Amino acid sequence: MTTDLADGAAAAVTRDRGRATAGSRPPGRLRRALSTHWYAWAMCAPVVIVTAVLVGYPLLRGVYLSLTDATEANMGRTIGMNVIPASYEFVGLRNYADILTSAEFASRLGWTVVWTVVCVACHFGLGLGLAMLLNRPMRLRAFYRVMLVLPWAVPSFVSAFIWRYLLNGDYGVVNAMLRAAGLPGIAWLDDPFWAKVSVIVVNVWLGVPFMMLALLGGLQAIPRELHEAAEVDGATPWQRFRHITLPGLRPVSSTVILLGTIWTFNQFPVIFLVTRGGPGGSTEILVTYAYRLAFEGIRDYAGSAAWGMVILALLVVLAAVYRRALHRQGEVW
Amino acid sequence: MRRVLTAAAAAALALAISACGGDQGAGTAAPASSTVDPASVSGTVTWWDTSDATTEAPAFKELVAEFEAKYPKIKVNYVNVPFADAQNKFKTAAQAGSGAPDVLRTEVGWVAEFASLGYLAPLDGTPAVDRPEDFLPAPAAAGRYNGKTYAVPQVTDTLGLLYNKKLLKEAGYENPPATFAELKQAALDVKAKTGADGLALNVDSYFLLPFIYGEGGDLLDVTNKKITVASPQSTAGVKIVEDLITSGAAAKPSIQDSYTNVQTAFKEGKVAMIFNGPWSNADNLSGKAFKDDPDNYGIAPVPAGSVKAGSPTGGHTYAIYAGSPNLQASYLFVQFMASAESQAKIAGKLGLLPARASAYELPDAAANDMIGKWKAPMEKAVDRPWIPEGGQLFQPLLERYQKLANGEATAEQVTQETAQAYQGLLKGWSL
Repeated sequence: MTTDLADGAAAAVTRDRGRATAGSRPPGRLRRALSTHWYAWAMCAPVVIVTAVLVGYPLLRGVYLSLTDATEANMGRTIGMNVIPASYEFVGLRNYADILTSAEFASRLGWTVVWTVVCVACHFGLGLGLAMLLNRPMRLRAFYRVMLVLPWAVPSFVSAFIWRYLLNGDYGVVNAMLRAAGLPGIAWLDDPFWAKVSVIVVNVWLGVPFMMLALLGGLQAIPRELHEAAEVDGATPWQRFRHITLPGLRPVSSTVILLGTIWTFNQFPVIFLVTRGGPGGSTEILVTYAYRLAFEGIRDYAGSAAWGMVILALLVVLAAVYRRALHRQGEVW
Repeated sequence: MRRVLTAAAAAALALAISACGGDQGAGTAAPASSTVDPASVSGTVTWWDTSDATTEAPAFKELVAEFEAKYPKIKVNYVNVPFADAQNKFKTAAQAGSGAPDVLRTEVGWVAEFASLGYLAPLDGTPAVDRPEDFLPAPAAAGRYNGKTYAVPQVTDTLGLLYNKKLLKEAGYENPPATFAELKQAALDVKAKTGADGLALNVDSYFLLPFIYGEGGDLLDVTNKKITVASPQSTAGVKIVEDLITSGAAAKPSIQDSYTNVQTAFKEGKVAMIFNGPWSNADNLSGKAFKDDPDNYGIAPVPAGSVKAGSPTGGHTYAIYAGSPNLQASYLFVQFMASAESQAKIAGKLGLLPARASAYELPDAAANDMIGKWKAPMEKAVDRPWIPEGGQLFQPLLERYQKLANGEATAEQVTQETAQAYQGLLKGWSL
């Protein structure tokens, strides 16, 4: 069925082309590709269709809405006896102009970048350190591995709530321990600086297991002979780490750093559940701010869609730059 | 992509949902309801109750059972939805045109928003609005939007000054403070003489309102479409809070989990005075300071400022989803649930304040002494701005109040910046 359709379509295409160029030429490239690879197309079709429906359509609709002034109030709907006409309009790039010129955007972006860089650096550093520790033979290695993966296995909203209780200024366990040791308690979630530290700590705690696992896999893929040869040649441990382990890890680390950056940039649950963006909006990152626009009060579809597009654009640019940088270093990725 | 929720995806999803909802066919106009014989109405009414699932829900379920006994042809599908999720959940379902309940327990502040968005059925002239003149004026006003009734009051509430009688007595006070100046002095005295804190502030916009009202201010002047949060009166109110914090009369406020921490301190007897509403009665009385000595629990009106004593009107209503296929049954359900008898039963069991004047006279309500104790605070209740944007007014103020509590902003900055944020929200309003 699919073959017939595909071939038919291809035939129609070549027929048109033939008419345009006149003269009988060997079958077009499209036709050849289709006749040889029709099964590949057929196999891809479900994925392509599902992706188009679930990702493509909402994305395009998001782009369209970001160019309008649509809100929950003017989208137009009929519910029972109530009829509300659609009255939203196309406003061009106004939403984007508003966002990019707002003080809110600059300050949120600044903190989001700091948050992402610090979190990913800690994720990678701690993850690599733990992976190196666990990569050597030792007693109870399997037990340690399981224990270290545990934070990852707990749903992140549960972890976020537990941390919130632990860090409570008046009745939290952390401050109770500090006070028991004779130290003054710290306003973990109430002071803007400490609130930033707290959300970073929580996110690092949540994110290290993934990095550790991924890097552990990478470490195990580095041939042991390289280390042994280097050792024979008299290389110090630091030299071995610097010139064998790190380059050997690069295929894994480049990918996980990019993934980690995107995840952290958009890390909604930690911020939203631990501090709700407070105190005074000091820990609000771009995505939590966009969420407020979308879901607080009368939903601002146009504004939040525009914020979503700006965030997407930032990440696309980041990924492209990162990829080029890797490419220059000779990575085939 | 473990549990990564991007706002873009969330927004896109919401949009996709709304897109699907747009094509819903128009329902037929409701038939003149007065002609329908209540006994012949049948159907299933799904009710989203937002009351506390453990302490309050059983009392409401009992009422539901009584309703089903009275109208055997109508079945009620009781669903308890956590209060914090209900607003968004209802909006998403209402807009999608599927999954919305027939009847929703709606917080007074949501009614105008839902009604303006076309989610609620107008109730004038239906059996749902029964003896409207009996409703207290403040909660009844909250149920109206653009001159039509969209919600029927269930309970009403306001903020009061809750105090620990023993601690105040120890500090030399027989009576709770009646003005902000007395409040400050009493709090300082309690702190000096008892070791407990005098006053704990809940860093939340709603709990800032008594101070603003007390000095004659308000967030908005709805009739003149004016943003009044930065007026000298409103700013004076915020200044009182600033002074309470900087002078040490109020304990250093906690910002995250502010409500819970204030409650814990009060229940443990670590603070003498807090602001809270009748919904916290049961919670307060379960604490160490009041469990064995309920008489120690004092309730007073909020202290007065230089102009008056005023506290915000709160409470809950019953609203009916416009797209409900069971409108007739829903009208009857709301009529029953909002009746004076039902409200009195809820008052008697839970200590929640009836929204009907006549319910206070019924023996069920009179049996609960909390009802009488909240009468004086209730007299100070002030109408809030019942506008569709009402739900968005709190976040901008909250962010600045948090800065004030941390000593990073002055009262003037709080009100000025909030006014600017309101200008972005409220198109066409003047400062």
